[in-house]
Amino acid sequence: MIDLFLTVVWPGLKILLTILVVIVPVILGVAYMTLAERKVIAAAQFRHGPNVVGPFGVLQPWADALKLMFKEVILPAGANKIVFFLAPMLTFALAMLAWAVMPITENFAIADINLGLLYLFAISSLGVYGIIMSGWASNSKYPFLGALRSAAQMVSYEVSMGLIIITVVITVGAGGFNLGNIVEAQRGLWFAIPHFPMFVVFFISALAETNRAPFDLPEGESELVAGYFLEYSSMQFALFFLGEYANILLMSAMTVTLFLGGYLSPVDIWFLGDVWMQPIWFVLKTSFIAFVFLWVRATVPRYRYDQLMRLGWKVFLPLSLFWVVLTSGVIVGFGL
Amino acid sequence: MAEIITGLTFYLFAAVTIASAVMVVGSRNAVHSVLFLILAFFTCSALFVLRGAEFVAMILVIVYVGAVAVLFLFVVMMLHVGENRLFQGVKRFGLVGVLVGLAVAAELIIVITTRAFRQDAPAAATDPAMADLNVTEALGRILYTDYFLLFQMSGLVLLVAMIGAITLTLRQRDGVKKQSIPQQIERKRDEAVALRKVESGKGIG
Repeated sequence: MIDLFLTVVWPGLKILLTILVVIVPVILGVAYMTLAERKVIAAAQFRHGPNVVGPFGVLQPWADALKLMFKEVILPAGANKIVFFLAPMLTFALAMLAWAVMPITENFAIADINLGLLYLFAISSLGVYGIIMSGWASNSKYPFLGALRSAAQMVSYEVSMGLIIITVVITVGAGGFNLGNIVEAQRGLWFAIPHFPMFVVFFISALAETNRAPFDLPEGESELVAGYFLEYSSMQFALFFLGEYANILLMSAMTVTLFLGGYLSPVDIWFLGDVWMQPIWFVLKTSFIAFVFLWVRATVPRYRYDQLMRLGWKVFLPLSLFWVVLTSGVIVGFGL
Repeated sequence: MAEIITGLTFYLFAAVTIASAVMVVGSRNAVHSVLFLILAFFTCSALFVLRGAEFVAMILVIVYVGAVAVLFLFVVMMLHVGENRLFQGVKRFGLVGVLVGLAVAAELIIVITTRAFRQDAPAAATDPAMADLNVTEALGRILYTDYFLLFQMSGLVLLVAMIGAITLTLRQRDGVKKQSIPQQIERKRDEAVALRKVESGKGIG
């Protein structure tokens, strides 16, 4: 009995606790990301934003969550029931799953696997299914069109993201698919400096990948009402919403890990480079990139669809391919 | 204990793979079939992970699930393949299907009974240089040395297929306005704006 406890139950509990240590802050971050978005956009437009519920509106996310929970679940006529309910769950679950490999400090990640970067890429490439499934299962025109747009957009930008990932892996060298190794390789020089163009391209691709402004065509209000989640209400809608924000945080964390030195401190003086400061740096950097996501939304107008496709296939793809060749050439040529 | 858990997860994933593979053929709705196909791919990659071939597993998810199946799903959704067509065409294609099935089964039996694929003789053990490499490195070493020609040729075949698909669908259409960004930027003020004095009550004319 004790043997069973020591070999199965206790390790299981430990894993569960580790997961909670990462997932609870992520969910809290997602909740406050919704508030931050409204506050940032309000500030950009000289408004106050939500400021009624709690001091400075800090309780607003909870009020929103409560409201959504008590709304009626509506199933559109002719919708495909199972797929309709599965889609938001899939979106949210995938957005949470990817955090499993994110290195928070130099010796902590839920799963420190060798191919962490590929895992991240694989999981984020699955995100498109939640959207296609919801668009199809709703049995309605606008969601279907929104889902098609979004799927085409995500598949297009994934290509250049994959090439950028290859660039980073080449730079790191042996063991380059491990996220911990990638961060450790950036001690001294963050990859954002030598790979600056790719840093910018990756960030813009991340905007397109998460269907955010200025690439939020799948939910372009003026033409598609709300896009793929038009028919959703109540908690199903909330799950899509949370999934979207979780994906923003995930992409920010990915940008930080690949280009901005992950959990590393920008300056290694006094206590700032200590291990216990590392989660704080990670959160600060991720929040900054997430803020840029919101900042972009508040300033840049929406792209036209053909421009979006042109940017993805005719500008980013050749550029990132060229950069892969250049990087490998430099590394082999100078024997780095 | 750990082996039992690994074994249980293996059987779980294997059962899901087979069940969803059956559902690919058996479900009445074509879109459901594709979704089950995706589930089968996904559980297959889980099986690869259990076997220690992480790289192949991740590539399976990225390439097949993340890209190929998306396009497949697109096509099936757009075609509006009707329901209740489960046994349509059995008479026409039944014989071919049985033959293909038999061929695949025979191949599988041959492969499984060959020594190289038995569990007690893993591929790495045959080459001492490969023993201490991880899967990704081992795969790279083999692909870019022994099988370099085949690897490049299969890449070229894919390229040819891609070019073929593009040339088949590409056609020049008249009367389509296309945006040319260099042209837009090149435009000067004089070409775009004309100042006219308009007399009141007459219009530009």
